[in-house]
Amino acid sequence: MIRFDQVSVCYDGTDRPVLRDVDLTVEEGELCLVVGRTGAGKSTLLGTINGLVPHFTGGTLAGRVTVDGRDTALHPPRELADVVGVVGQDPLAGFVTDTVEEELAYAMEQLAIPPDVMRKRVEETLDLLGLADLRHRALSELSGGQQQRVAIGSVLTAHPRVLVLDEPTSALDPTAAEEVLAAVTRLVHDLGVTVVLAEHRLERVVQYADRVVHLTGDGTVTDALPADAFRTASVAPPVVDLGRLAGWDPLPLSVRDARRAAVPLRKRLEGRPAPPARAGGAAAGPLLSARGVVVRYGDVVAVREVSLDLRAGEVTALMGRNGSGKSSLLWALHGAGPRQAGTVRFTDDGAAPGAAPAERAPAPLRGRPGRLLRGHRAEADVGRRRIGLVPQTPTDLLYLETVGAELAQARRESDGRPGLDPRGLLDRFAPGIPDGVHPRDLSEGQKLSLVLAIQLTSAPSVVLLDEPTRGLDYQAKQQLIRIIDDLAAEGRSVVISTHDVEFVAAGADRVVVMAEGDVVADGPTAGVIVASPSFAPQTAKILAPLPYLTVAQVADALAAAGSAR
Amino acid sequence: MTVPAAPSAPGGRRPAGPRKPETAAPARTGQGRRLPRTLHPVAWWIWALSLATAVSRTTNPLLLGLVLAVLALVVTERRTDAPWAKGFTYYLWLALGVIAIRVVFRCVFATGITPADHIMFSLPHIPTPHWYAGIQLGGPVSLEATLSAAIDGLRLACLLCCIGAANTLANPKRALRVLPGALYELGVAVTVSMSVAPQLVESVQRVARARRLRADRARGMRALRSILIPVLEDALERSLYLAAAMDSRGYGRSGTATRGARRTTAALMLAGMLGLCTGVYGLLDGTTPRALGLPAMLGGALLCCAGLAVGGRRVRRTSYRPDPWRAPEWAVALCGCATAAVLFLTVGYSAADLNPSLYPLRWPSLPWLPAVAVLLAGTAAFTAPPPARTGGPAAAGGPQAGTTTDTPSEALL
Repeated sequence: MIRFDQVSVCYDGTDRPVLRDVDLTVEEGELCLVVGRTGAGKSTLLGTINGLVPHFTGGTLAGRVTVDGRDTALHPPRELADVVGVVGQDPLAGFVTDTVEEELAYAMEQLAIPPDVMRKRVEETLDLLGLADLRHRALSELSGGQQQRVAIGSVLTAHPRVLVLDEPTSALDPTAAEEVLAAVTRLVHDLGVTVVLAEHRLERVVQYADRVVHLTGDGTVTDALPADAFRTASVAPPVVDLGRLAGWDPLPLSVRDARRAAVPLRKRLEGRPAPPARAGGAAAGPLLSARGVVVRYGDVVAVREVSLDLRAGEVTALMGRNGSGKSSLLWALHGAGPRQAGTVRFTDDGAAPGAAPAERAPAPLRGRPGRLLRGHRAEADVGRRRIGLVPQTPTDLLYLETVGAELAQARRESDGRPGLDPRGLLDRFAPGIPDGVHPRDLSEGQKLSLVLAIQLTSAPSVVLLDEPTRGLDYQAKQQLIRIIDDLAAEGRSVVISTHDVEFVAAGADRVVVMAEGDVVADGPTAGVIVASPSFAPQTAKILAPLPYLTVAQVADALAAAGSAR
Repeated sequence: MTVPAAPSAPGGRRPAGPRKPETAAPARTGQGRRLPRTLHPVAWWIWALSLATAVSRTTNPLLLGLVLAVLALVVTERRTDAPWAKGFTYYLWLALGVIAIRVVFRCVFATGITPADHIMFSLPHIPTPHWYAGIQLGGPVSLEATLSAAIDGLRLACLLCCIGAANTLANPKRALRVLPGALYELGVAVTVSMSVAPQLVESVQRVARARRLRADRARGMRALRSILIPVLEDALERSLYLAAAMDSRGYGRSGTATRGARRTTAALMLAGMLGLCTGVYGLLDGTTPRALGLPAMLGGALLCCAGLAVGGRRVRRTSYRPDPWRAPEWAVALCGCATAAVLFLTVGYSAADLNPSLYPLRWPSLPWLPAVAVLLAGTAAFTAPPPARTGGPAAAGGPQAGTTTDTPSEALL
């Protein structure tokens, strides 16, 4: 169905080719998973399938890509629209019309399909993807998962033979991601559509893949059956890591297979004390105390009288569905967002690094939502000095042309107070970023590091991170965990809102779960997430009832067992 | 099959309520067949613009009031429950504002007062500097001047309400969809920009909020920069993404036009537009020679059509659930056109009745033929099918899949 014949891609202005001598054949009806580190060329590989690379992006493509017998060199993307359907990361940004039904019909209108056929296909697609109830709804009102399903449906109506999905779930919460992936697997199994899929969170899709294409990072590509490919792949989900560690053969790819293979391992580990998931020291005294925080937008209550204590040296993970009030709570704690009632105050013992002498205004602040009153602004300033917040879209904070200018601006903003050196912080988080680079040219992980460095310049004792794991690969997440551990070791309190259970298992001491603005669970990581079916990490599911959360824990236990023998 | 046993009501039974579209359909022909559906947007636009043309010919307050009444009747009878259909009130307020502004200005800048005028009251006179002598501020306010301002304002208000009625009755987006193939890109650009605007607002709010996280308290240009640059970068990225998405979904798939064809299209369109503008001016301004109006307009329209046809030939595209054009569409469009024709031809009544003089001041007479013509436009409230009320804004589509499946018997009212 798709053939790559000695394909190399080189973008203008760079010497190093993104793809080099790629030979690849994807057969009809396969689900082909494209894996590789960020920046290894996954999006480029997917773009070549429908000719967006190089017709739309520029650059030079050597070799030949044929899809269903059509050469992409001779056919621009629009002429391939009836063969290849492409779905990207951000469904809302790709919508052309404004209601579900019209969006589904759009591609067919471009292909000049007769009206009666169009009507029939729209009805079929509405049923296939479970969108019938939403047909008249405006696209902007839909949830993320629904939007992504509409985006898939809008290319499916053209009856393409190939579906290309570039990280379709990276902006979704776990439930919405399940919804989308379930729809995709149904298409593969029921309709025989050939699917090429790139995905960061491999633990969700690896079990469905028929073939894995691994981008090694130097431009070359290897393809193999999943169980073979993951023996050596540079990125792997925890289930594969555990299989590699335990030396299972064949390598299990789903929790079910792994659980069956794990019987001897569970026997070996039984009766031994599980080493702690995190090496971090015990949390010190409380640092910040929030009481009865309420955030509301009009009639919608985002945060409902939440009380929370943050302790020094502790990493807290904030979990919950999209829209459960995580972000609103973080912004209210910081003071820059609206807060209609409640108090947030430091239980000041002077031990916090860079602690400002000013006490936060203790009186509950009643202001209109979104409006920044004068007293509120002063409060926000105090808050900024003692609390650092990295927003969901870190690039919102960046507006200068170079990394150097951003760092200098951060130094200036610390008002001459003895803060930390932003350059030193950045080098610690992400070494080797020169001053002259434009912030937009950095990778997601590097952007996050830059914003984190800017926000830490004023040496806050509380650091809040709003969904920092979006778009990070496994290595980048490991690095983020190391950074967070360092921050906690310096006596800061770190709060991370995230959907990523594997990240939480390895990186958080305490988990707070929110639903509809309430805190529904608050406790040590192991206690909260092992018991939950949706929040349990893969290792915990495989080794239950043993209390293991991460592969590293198992490795430690095995090493201890080996030395004891 | 159940046949109603009741004697058939004479005098045209009103169609069943819009919530029960099925009840009227089976076992009935003629009037019972009126399924709720939305009228073709172009029919409403032709109707409203014809009425606007008629309005522009008269300053008779009675006729203008009649037009307003007709507009109100049709809008309340035939608008849908979509969000854009709730806008008529705003047009009414705007119209009231226009009248008020005209009257107040005429009172304050008291001009054109003749000695025979009835003076209602006097405003304090404010002396103006000598180099500003042409304008008088304050002074006596006459009944005639105020009335003439109010009637002028009323005419403008009627024009506004005609446009408002068209926007209320026809989904603006569906109206764009019937643009000829050559203008398709224009329609897409408008649709995309309408959906992008709210995203831009959201983006500005998000960046402004994020800015509070940094201590940069710069104001003015520097503050603008720290908001504008992230927002613009965001918007640029998004538009590139959208362009890629549209490209991979087949947008612009049509073959490329030759250079010659493009030039022919451009020349035809330019000449046509010129003709149309001249024609419209000639038609609306009664003082220009008659020869300038209709012939120039017809010639311009013809050239435009030719240009659109040449330009549209290269486009291969179909549209999803197109609105059908049937008898009700003809009826609505034609009754609008008839009104405009009667007021334009000034046959069968005195032209002075359309523009009654304020000197001497007396109650204007209502010429019966124009009045009947305006009432004729009001029949659109009954000739148009009742609107479908299936919920969301996209419920505008007719129940039929395509125009090609029309059977002749369906074309009955």
